[in-house]
Amino acid sequence: MTSVITVPPSLDDHSFEQVVEQLASVPQDAKLLVDARHTRWASPYGLTALLALGQTREERAGFAAPDSEETASYWARTGFFKHAEELFDLHGSVPRARGGESGVLLEITPVVKSEDVHDVVGRIQQKAQQILAKELNIDAKATVGFAMTLSEVCQNIVEHAGRGGWVAVQTYTWRKRLGRRVVVIAVCDAGCGFRQSLESAPGRVRGDRWDDAEALEEAVVRGVSRFRDPGRGQGLAGVRRYVGRWDGKVSVRSGTARIAIVPSWDDDVPLQEKLAPFPGAQVQVTIPERVTGGPR
Amino acid sequence: MMMHIDVSSVLRQTVSCELYSNLVTRPTGAAVRAQIEALLADSRERSLTVIDFSHVGMIDFSCADEVVAKLLLRSVATERGGREAYFLFRGVTDHHWDPIEQVLERHRLALVLETDDGVARIVGMVDDEERDAWQKVYELGRTAPAELASVLGGDETGARTMLDGLHRRRLVMRTDQGYVAVGGLGGGVRHD
Repeated sequence: MTSVITVPPSLDDHSFEQVVEQLASVPQDAKLLVDARHTRWASPYGLTALLALGQTREERAGFAAPDSEETASYWARTGFFKHAEELFDLHGSVPRARGGESGVLLEITPVVKSEDVHDVVGRIQQKAQQILAKELNIDAKATVGFAMTLSEVCQNIVEHAGRGGWVAVQTYTWRKRLGRRVVVIAVCDAGCGFRQSLESAPGRVRGDRWDDAEALEEAVVRGVSRFRDPGRGQGLAGVRRYVGRWDGKVSVRSGTARIAIVPSWDDDVPLQEKLAPFPGAQVQVTIPERVTGGPR
Repeated sequence: MMMHIDVSSVLRQTVSCELYSNLVTRPTGAAVRAQIEALLADSRERSLTVIDFSHVGMIDFSCADEVVAKLLLRSVATERGGREAYFLFRGVTDHHWDPIEQVLERHRLALVLETDDGVARIVGMVDDEERDAWQKVYELGRTAPAELASVLGGDETGARTMLDGLHRRRLVMRTDQGYVAVGGLGGGVRHD
C-alpha cells in the first residue's frame, strides 16, 4: 500500500509542517507518493524542503507534479524537477526548463562540498547586487553581507549535515505578511541536524533539558558549535547580525523544533517545540525591501 | 625588510581555480593561512608582513577566523621559538570589515590596518589608553618608555608596561633603540 502525502496549495516554511505531520505516521521504508497536483505556489524553502523529504526515504518515493502548467513551469525554471528526478519517480506533466526566471537569483543548487559554496557565492554576487539595489533599495554594502550570509548557511551543510543539501535564492512580493518585496535564501538538508551535531562534541555533557529546541538555542542564539575551537560558531552569529541590520528574519528548523529571529513586521513564534520530526536542518533567511526610514 | 602577501594570489593558488576571488569556507581559509605560514616559515627572528586584501572580493566569518584571527593568535603565542611575526593589514574595505571585526571581538584581538592614504591605525579590541599610546608611538617613530611617559603625562614604569603589553599583542615592535609601531617608519617590501 502506498501512503499519500498531500502538499498544500501554498507551500512555504509554515505549511511545510502539514507535510511533515502527514509524514510522521509513515514508516521510513513504506511506499510513498508526494502529491503536489493541487499546489499552486511554493517558496524556495518549500521546494528545497521537498527535495530533503525525498532524501529521507529508504525507498524511492513517487512525486505527482502540479497540475497547473504555470506552477509546474515555474518549478521547472527554479531547477526543482532536475533534482527531484534523482530522488523521486515523477508523475504527471513535468515541463522542461526554458529560459531563466527573473525572480530566481539562484536556482536550486546542490551543496555537498566546500567548492559548491564557492560556486554559489560566485554566481550570486552580480545578480544580488542588481536585485538588492534596484528592487529592494538596499545599498551595495549589503550585497557582500548577503553573499556572506549565503556562504555561512551553505557551510552548515558541508560542516555538519553529513550529507548534501540544497540552496535556492529568490525574490518575490510577500503580500500576505509584508506587502513588500523580499529576497529569500532557503537551505535545506536531511542530514544529522543540530542536536546530533552538537552531541558529537567530545566530552559534551547533556543537561536535563536537552532536546532539539535546546540544541537550536545553543547553536543559533549562543553560537555553540560541536568543535572545541573557540572560533567556531561565528557563522550563524554573523548571519543573525546581518539579518538584524537589514530588518530581516532568520528561521531554523531541525528535528522537532524551530527557532526564529523575528523582526517587528512579522508575528512568527520565536521558538516552537514538539513539532513532528523531520531530519536535518532547514534554514530560511528573509531580507525585506527597504522602506524610507528603515535600516541603513 | 617587509614581506608582502597578496591574499588573492594565495587564494587562487590554494583553491586551484582562477575564477575564485572570494575568501569563503573554513577549509579554504585554513588552506590560505597554511600557505601564508609556509611563506613566513623562512622569516628571520623578527618579520613584518603586509597581508594585502586589495584583490579579495569578499571574506566570510569562517575565513576571517581562519585567515585573520588564527594568524594573529599564532603570532601572539609565546611558543614560536623566539621568532616574532608582525602583520600590517592592507586593502581591507568596508566589505571585508564586518567579519574581521567580529572575529577580532570574539578572540579579543587587535591588528594594525593601513588605510588607502597609507596611514596606519589600530583596530579591534583595544582600550582608549592602548589606542592613545599606540598612536603616540606611531607619530613619534622609535620611542623609549621615558619619551612616551613624557608625552602621555605618566610615569616611565607605566609607559614601559603599556609598551610591553602592545608588544605582546604584536602591535609595536621592540628594538634595541626603542619601540616602533607596526606600520610606522618606512621599509622595503618583498612581494610574494
